Amino acid sequence: MYKIISKQVLAPKITRFSVEAPEVARSRKPGQFIVLRADETSERIPLTIVDSDLEKGTIDLIIQDAGFSTHVLSGFEEGDALLDVLGPLGKPTDMEKFGTVVCVGGGVGTAVLYPIVKGLKEAGNKVITINGARNKELLILEKELGEVSDELIITTDDGSYGIKGFGSTVLQGLIDEKKKIDLVVAIGPTMMMRAVAEVTRPYKIETIASLNAIMIDGTGMCGGCRVTVGDEVKFACVDGPEFDAHLVDFDEQIAKHHYYDQEQACQMDGIIAEAEQERS
Amino acid sequence: MAEEKRTRPPRKKKERIPRQAMPVRTAEDRVQDFNEVALGFNAELAQIEAKRCLQCPKQPCVDGCPVSVDITGFIHLIVEGDFLGAARKIKETNLLPAVCGRVCPQEEQCEQLCVVAKIDKPVAIGRLERFVADYEREQGAVTLPKLAPSTGKKVAVVGSGPAGITVSYELLQAGHQVTIFEALHELGGVLIYGIPEFRLPKSIVAAEIDTIKKLGAEIKLNMLIGKTRTIDELMEVDGYDAVFIGTGSGLPMFLNLPGENLNGICSANEFLTRVNLMKAYKKEYVTPVKVGKKVAVIGAGNVAMDAARSAKRVGGDDTEVSIIYRRARDQMPAREEEIHHAEEEGIIFNLLTNPIRFVGDDKNNVVATECVKMELGEPDASGRRRPITIEGSEHTVETDTVIVALGTMPRKFIAETTPDLKTSDWGTFLVEEETGETSKKGVFAGGDIVTGSATVIKAMGAGRVAAKAIKEYLTEL
Repeated sequence: MYKIISKQVLAPKITRFSVEAPEVARSRKPGQFIVLRADETSERIPLTIVDSDLEKGTIDLIIQDAGFSTHVLSGFEEGDALLDVLGPLGKPTDMEKFGTVVCVGGGVGTAVLYPIVKGLKEAGNKVITINGARNKELLILEKELGEVSDELIITTDDGSYGIKGFGSTVLQGLIDEKKKIDLVVAIGPTMMMRAVAEVTRPYKIETIASLNAIMIDGTGMCGGCRVTVGDEVKFACVDGPEFDAHLVDFDEQIAKHHYYDQEQACQMDGIIAEAEQERS
Repeated sequence: MAEEKRTRPPRKKKERIPRQAMPVRTAEDRVQDFNEVALGFNAELAQIEAKRCLQCPKQPCVDGCPVSVDITGFIHLIVEGDFLGAARKIKETNLLPAVCGRVCPQEEQCEQLCVVAKIDKPVAIGRLERFVADYEREQGAVTLPKLAPSTGKKVAVVGSGPAGITVSYELLQAGHQVTIFEALHELGGVLIYGIPEFRLPKSIVAAEIDTIKKLGAEIKLNMLIGKTRTIDELMEVDGYDAVFIGTGSGLPMFLNLPGENLNGICSANEFLTRVNLMKAYKKEYVTPVKVGKKVAVIGAGNVAMDAARSAKRVGGDDTEVSIIYRRARDQMPAREEEIHHAEEEGIIFNLLTNPIRFVGDDKNNVVATECVKMELGEPDASGRRRPITIEGSEHTVETDTVIVALGTMPRKFIAETTPDLKTSDWGTFLVEEETGETSKKGVFAGGDIVTGSATVIKAMGAGRVAAKAIKEYLTEL
């Protein structure tokens, strides 16, 4: 069992957990993820490791309540335990000195972005971070990202905080200002990563996206996380989760995310019905 | 006086007992659920069948058993009515008789060498094995073998499939300390995620594996060696004296055809893992599994049959499931029994048919499989007649679910992080056949990680070979 040491609600429906998993804490690197199973009947879900504490033997995870399993998980409290945590999985981010790196995070993808920003900064890069959210309330990790970035730009879709607009638009602005950019890292909703890839494509700026593919085991056994990258089919769990964003077939990934919509809706109906029953 | 002619009393021709049939649920009944298809012998049937054994002193059947079960020995005990004794006799060399009695291809092993088979059908060794194992478990009479005094040596067993379990069983009995590292959240490997409940109930797997825990093995789940911990760390930091790698062959192969990444197309590993490990067929379990109305399973091995029959059960009566296979019926690699059961359950066999492309709709969901017809040409390297495309035979098959069952390859976590371990171009570990020794000192391997996809019992055989070598290695330390 993997005990939850602390729980913090970062924004509506966004929760940060510190979970006891010393083996994972010891061997994980930025960009890697875990697969967890909350309890016996739960599904296995992949989540990126946001941070770790070697001394306490904990890893930090950020969960957005966006479906049945993440809803159940968000209800876990300090002192509760997760049944299974497997990791670290996937290839770590390549932490070289590239020069100037622009990191674009959207929504809860910012959680995945944080350890990468931190690592890239430690590797000696100049890091410009664009932290985007739908509105001010949903913005996370502003302080943490500010501490590890050379420059932090905030965007909100509705303009309630920072610049009104999308991360990709701000990135276009930086390019238009003739800023020398050696690498772009985009992590967030698939649509947002696709938009970033389209911004950098004409300028041939190397761009990396971290995919949140559907997985079961996370160890290369199921192939549920298949992604078309150029002419090749890759497994996001073992070959990724990061890929060259100019080669990823994002449309295919978006379609894959909708494949279980019906099942998801059924499960959510169950939750709503249960909540209503409790109320009455 | 004429020499009295010695007359023998006319020999009473012994009435030959026919091979006893396995009681099986009807196809109509069994496709409604995931409960076991074959029901097993009762004591009476088992004793009738056991009497068919000739008790050959040379025991040719044993030569066909990768783990050398004393077959005539345990069958003799069944005749005597000592069913518990028979179960214990098997367990001298095989911890998993209830598993092996169900999934071993006896027809190409022990039963193929049975002398009775020269004049009649062979003794149903597998069914007898299953009977005594079930009897022992159901009576609650499972006993533990005696352990040798502790040697103080400790061994890391990586992977808890048939190979790893067998190695652990042997080493524990010899007094060594064993830690099993398993990447998934349950022990058993392919027995848990691969083979469906209706062929191998998971409670039976768990019960047989439980012995390993009772014998004192330390179990570490959610440990992916090569990621969570490396082989070098196990040996140098954690102080394991030897390591056995039985990580199997888990990476599913695909066809590399256009459209293969459409929604609704998955590997047999994914489909079976959802159903078996994640129990998606049970309402209370959250993991979804989706089966449409026209399912195509590509391939014709045992895994393809498992996938097809599982799809039929998940999909229900109005789901049509077809096997698409490019060769002919007698070239299908699946066991005859599995093919027969699949046919009974209404699985359609589209043989001499090869997919060339998958077609999707505007949501990227698969809606059709384009195929060509094949004919058989000259034999190829495998000795099987090579299938050749018939020109102009392109046709489209309506399909909303495709399950690709083409086999698996080893994964690379350990090879990538253990540079002094030699592997083949396929990623399998290169080992000494008689010992399972790898190129790295103190590291042994066996099962599918060495042979590529094979059978449960072959992995167990390799486990026994490696266990013997590990025991010798540890005494020399």
